[in-house]
Amino acid sequence: MPTNTHGDDEHGHGGIHLPDMSYYPIILAAGLTIIGAGLMTIVPIRFPNGKRPELAAATGTYEIKSEHGEVINTSTGLSNKKLLMWSFLGSDVMFFGSFIATYLVYRNRSLVGPYPADVLEIPITSVSTFVLLMSSLAMVLALSYIQQGRQKMGTFWIFSVVVLGAIFLLFQVYEFNHFGQLGLTPRTNLFGTTFFILTGLHGAHVTLGVIWLIFLGFGSIKGSLRADNAIDLEIAGLYWHFVDIVWIVIFTVIYLISARDVAPPGSVPFVGH
Amino acid sequence: MFFVGGGLALLFRWQLAYPEKPLPIIGASQQYLDEGEVVTGADRMWEKIYESEQEEWLEVNMPSGVVEPAFYNMLFTMHATIMVFFVVVPILVGAFGNFLIPLMIGTRDMAFPLLNMISFWLAVLAAIIMTVGFFVPGGHAAAGWTGYAPLSSDPQWTGVDWGQNLWAISLLIQGFSSMVGSINYITTIINMRAPGMTFFRLPLVIWSLFIVAILLLLAFPVLSSALALLIFDRLAGTTFFSATAEGGGDPLLWQHLFWFFGHPEVYVLILPGMGIASELIAVFSRKPIFGYRSMVYAMISIAFLGWIVWGHHMFQSGMQPGLGSVFMTTTMLIAVPSAIKTFNWLGTMFRGSIRFTAPMLHGIAFVSMFVIGGLSGIYMANTPVDIFIHDTYYIVAHIHYVVFGGSLFAIFGGIVFWFPKMYGRYMNDVLAKIHFWLTFIAFNCTFFPMHILGVGGHMRRISNPMQYEFLQGFEGMNIFISMSAFTLGFAQLILVFNFFWSMYRGKVAEQNPWQVNTLEWEAPTPVPHGNFVQIPTVYRGPYEYSVPGEESDWISQAQPEHAPATSGD
Repeated sequence: MPTNTHGDDEHGHGGIHLPDMSYYPIILAAGLTIIGAGLMTIVPIRFPNGKRPELAAATGTYEIKSEHGEVINTSTGLSNKKLLMWSFLGSDVMFFGSFIATYLVYRNRSLVGPYPADVLEIPITSVSTFVLLMSSLAMVLALSYIQQGRQKMGTFWIFSVVVLGAIFLLFQVYEFNHFGQLGLTPRTNLFGTTFFILTGLHGAHVTLGVIWLIFLGFGSIKGSLRADNAIDLEIAGLYWHFVDIVWIVIFTVIYLISARDVAPPGSVPFVGH
Repeated sequence: MFFVGGGLALLFRWQLAYPEKPLPIIGASQQYLDEGEVVTGADRMWEKIYESEQEEWLEVNMPSGVVEPAFYNMLFTMHATIMVFFVVVPILVGAFGNFLIPLMIGTRDMAFPLLNMISFWLAVLAAIIMTVGFFVPGGHAAAGWTGYAPLSSDPQWTGVDWGQNLWAISLLIQGFSSMVGSINYITTIINMRAPGMTFFRLPLVIWSLFIVAILLLLAFPVLSSALALLIFDRLAGTTFFSATAEGGGDPLLWQHLFWFFGHPEVYVLILPGMGIASELIAVFSRKPIFGYRSMVYAMISIAFLGWIVWGHHMFQSGMQPGLGSVFMTTTMLIAVPSAIKTFNWLGTMFRGSIRFTAPMLHGIAFVSMFVIGGLSGIYMANTPVDIFIHDTYYIVAHIHYVVFGGSLFAIFGGIVFWFPKMYGRYMNDVLAKIHFWLTFIAFNCTFFPMHILGVGGHMRRISNPMQYEFLQGFEGMNIFISMSAFTLGFAQLILVFNFFWSMYRGKVAEQNPWQVNTLEWEAPTPVPHGNFVQIPTVYRGPYEYSVPGEESDWISQAQPEHAPATSGD
């Protein structure tokens, strides 16, 4: 430890200035301890010790119908599959959240163009957003029909979700292509990388959902997806709605909030084609 | 089904873990016996190998038996990566979780057996990819287990090309394995408990696994995103983490993303250990856990607070002091629930009739070593102090006190404790105790002096500290540490031998040899498919030991009130 704590010159600079000795910390600690001990004495804290045998009967388990038709016991009355999907969606929130945060951190930090204002077109993307929203509506209808046992209508609406989702993906493909021609690629600048990875990841999720729904659609035609195992469609619906909500957030963050971003100070202005 | 799988998984992960252990010791020892000045048996051994076919690799990486700096970088990177991701998490969360959860909550299997299998095999795949990385040209990842960009994102700095890519890909896959497993654990614990098993009758180890599953579920995606960005930077030419390239980026983003994951990850490493320690201490003190509810709430608060402290890994990154003080405050807050747990363990032991079995020794060692690690953590939480000790051996000491002194002792204790349940035999008691004492003493000899090194300015991740005059005084201490480390490593062979020997030749154990309340001891040994002959009904909490007025000092959770106190075998 350096011994020169008071420095070289008379002002105390040049050495290390340690604070003066003080009794405050130890007095504070002792005081807090006394307060704590006092509180624990006069405030009654009761923890039940978990012995109540009458609960064994009361908190039995709930019986629900599994999708295979048998009765299974669950502690909450929820199906395992639903819990699975909700947990997975929780983790997916964190996943997308990281990329959205990255986009926001890197906003207005691109060094070269094109910048958002040069390429983003809100009208076109609004249409694709609307298409995706309508696909969520179709999803709700599909689930409702399947749950009622109306296979034909259910099948129709499942494939409507597929079609609308595919249209959304076509819009995305067009957009990616268009931006590429304007000079924006994942390697161009920070806007390019963060934009493409975020929307690309979302597009991958949509694609997976579309494929899943195609399988479910054929299952509905063949009769393997019926009212009593409608939960399989329900969890696909949860996933689909999640993907839709993520898109709303992405649309808001990228298009509505940052679509007017131009070249930040100190960067190279973009000369369009 | 995975009850047996849990035991087997333990074996598998053991294989994975222990081959790695010699590496850091060799690296450390070579560094201190370097320049060929001290000709020991080790040097002569290297010369022999040197002449063989491994010559070329050795010549590049360890000429004359001396570890090259670049090679050393790879050694500490891989040591930490493998230990954190492929030893502690798979054993604590994967093996113990799979084995204990269905048994302790009283159900026949996990909620999604197929997903469980997927989780296991993804982990195997990740381990294989990680191992392959050792054999690619350029060697394995060498940017530290924290993989800071741009060291990790630009191959020119480490000279490592495919190794780093494989490292990132392997961790991505391991992340998926963890996330899938977490979903399974969460669903199982929420939805498949036996009748009467309310949440507050769950054993603390199940609580810890439940909380850890939530942490893993929410934290790993952030690491996955960071790794994805890293892979894009390395393979697709993007510039997320590169400040110099035309695209523009920020290396600091990596640190934020990594540590936002990294801090909850370290609570994942310790929380199941805390759960196991609670079990061991309660059982072998023949007393209920002191303050069961506060233990649960403490674990929940640790998990919650763990999300808002990540900046304390970044105090040296140039953040403004105001932000530093925020992280300092939240980090010091986390000490409070940990302290509550520590006092509760002590309160559990106080006036108990303590049985000093091998698992109990490990449990007590957990508490004491974890406290030491936690105390050094308080120092590090202080931003101004951290400015001096960041990236020194003080941090290394802290890490190893909490992860080895904490999690690993809990693992050892858990293995010896549940071995009779898995295999129907006791582990050899004498060997187990010798292993414990040797490990305990060697562990402290290895890692305590590192505190002193750290305060003296000995930095981390340096292959030859003797190049600095101010560190030359530490040479003796470094040699002492290396010798202790060798001892520590070889002591683990006792446990491995004991494990396999006892599987076939151990003393046969009855169904509930330790006289424990929790449900897994109600299942027959060895545990069959479907776990229980009949799903038990739970009538009481898990810690009804030495209940006044009762004939026996333990009462199984499945024992109805006022039934004759038989042993429940």
